[in-house]
Amino acid sequence: MNSSEIVIAAQNLTKKFNDFVAVDHIDFEVYRGECVGFLGPNGAGKTTTVRMIYCFLPLTEGSLSVAGMDASTQSRDIKKIVGVAPQEDNLDPDFNVIKNLQVYARYFDMPKTEATRRAMDLLRFFQLEEKQTKSIEQLSTGMKRRLIMARALINEPQILLLDEPTTGLDPQGRHIVWDEIRTLKKKGVTIILTTHYMEEAAALCDRVIVIDNGKIIETGSPQNLVKKHAGEEVLEMTFDETTLKMLKEELPDAHFEVYNNQIRIFTNQTHGSFERIARKFPGMPMSIRVANLEDVFLKLTGRKLRE
Amino acid sequence: MTTENREPASSFFPKLTYRVWRVWQRDFDVFTKTIFVNFLPALLEPILYLAAFGVGLGSLITGTIEGTSYIQFIGPGLISIAVMYGAFFECTYASFVRMYFQKTFDAIIATPINLDEVIAGELLWGATRATINGTIVLAIVAAFGLVSSPLALLIPALAFLGGLLFASIGMCFTALASNIDFFNFPSFLYITPMFLLSGTFFQLTIMPEAIQTTAFILLPLTHLVGLTRALTLGKMDPLIGLSPEVLTALSIVWMLAAALTFFFLSIFLMRRKLVK
Repeated sequence: MNSSEIVIAAQNLTKKFNDFVAVDHIDFEVYRGECVGFLGPNGAGKTTTVRMIYCFLPLTEGSLSVAGMDASTQSRDIKKIVGVAPQEDNLDPDFNVIKNLQVYARYFDMPKTEATRRAMDLLRFFQLEEKQTKSIEQLSTGMKRRLIMARALINEPQILLLDEPTTGLDPQGRHIVWDEIRTLKKKGVTIILTTHYMEEAAALCDRVIVIDNGKIIETGSPQNLVKKHAGEEVLEMTFDETTLKMLKEELPDAHFEVYNNQIRIFTNQTHGSFERIARKFPGMPMSIRVANLEDVFLKLTGRKLRE
Repeated sequence: MTTENREPASSFFPKLTYRVWRVWQRDFDVFTKTIFVNFLPALLEPILYLAAFGVGLGSLITGTIEGTSYIQFIGPGLISIAVMYGAFFECTYASFVRMYFQKTFDAIIATPINLDEVIAGELLWGATRATINGTIVLAIVAAFGLVSSPLALLIPALAFLGGLLFASIGMCFTALASNIDFFNFPSFLYITPMFLLSGTFFQLTIMPEAIQTTAFILLPLTHLVGLTRALTLGKMDPLIGLSPEVLTALSIVWMLAAALTFFFLSIFLMRRKLVK
């Protein structure tokens, strides 16, 4: 799955907007065929990083190479092999569905017959074939997201950048997009996605990069990060002083977190220790579940609201 | 895949390739989609003006202006106004909507087309739109029998130059606009006075010389109207005591220089606005 060929390499990558440092001297690499997720709270610098990769924003400092090309001086060549699905809807409302793809293909100098063939293939792939003559405003949010992804693929990109591809979608729409991302991954497309949904990152990404306040605070595969930061299992129950004290005596090695009248206990001991607790405190409402990436994310970035 | 030359560091002068054409094609495709809506006002407006000002108001004017009837005098004015409005509104309100509300520019610059080319494409489209509108009005003015020189065949070329000038001036305002209401300022404080005071509906020579000079130096429409009238009627109107030959040459040079200056300036200002 992962080859060792580096497709994107950032060194000391920095972006400042006046005095505000949006991306603060970060280093990262993305390998060919990988699906890498950028995770972080709002304003962490995810979108800014993605925008630098497709040369939408110039770098303030550092270097960024995409498919061996320098983002500061070879933006045109980079943009030829990158597909971008931005966060906001920037479909062309002056054209219908298929014309959106045809006009976009023309920006890449694709001949008309090829553009139409490719547009039809993509509409089929994204289940939008019946909507081809509809205007953009007649599409639902989910259809618009899928059309934006179809448009991002019109130039058969080697690298696909998806900025929050499923925000605002219903579960059905989200799963369609996930299936499509998996199919593209199988075809060998290198994918970078940003997301707020941890189950999305866990389901799709080979590796995640957690970013906060413009800095990378952790990176690794979702499974390894869960193991490292949240352990195997989590026990959740209502907070009170005596229970907490007793639990701490029972589980001296576990990690405790108290927040919002809830006790959360994270443990590395596989299976058994929480069941023992459950037997010891019969009738006490508690839930035991498998640790997940959201636990990791909240542990690393805190629970404070960012906006 | 061929690798294009590395881009030089950002300079005042834009980096333009044939891709400007792709942006022009996009705007042209939208135009042809709504061709009926686009053509009808362009056809009706000059007919209304010719009826109201030419036939109506003109009947009250007994004399001639430098030997031409009043309705004949305003014909070139109407052509020039169509050129000015066509280009200016295309590259202010319409470009602003594409840039700000539709995010069309953002979508295009994620492709191999760069921002300089997007703006240049918009400007060339604005000039094209002005040429189309100006030519429609020319046809109507001709249908009213108000064209007396074969030089009028050159008017579309002049309309393109004038269109590029007004498109570029408009785009400078778009680069300065923080919201769409901002365009009320240039529309009412620049375009409307120009509409009235550039030799469109009366000859500037009846105004004090200071106003003639101001119009000559600051109002692009003065030059466009003067040259259009020369092509329609075969002779240049006098202004600030200059000979027709000198006046013609000065107006052409003025328009060329201004069109080039504002073309590059508007791209520079848009780049400064949009590249953060």
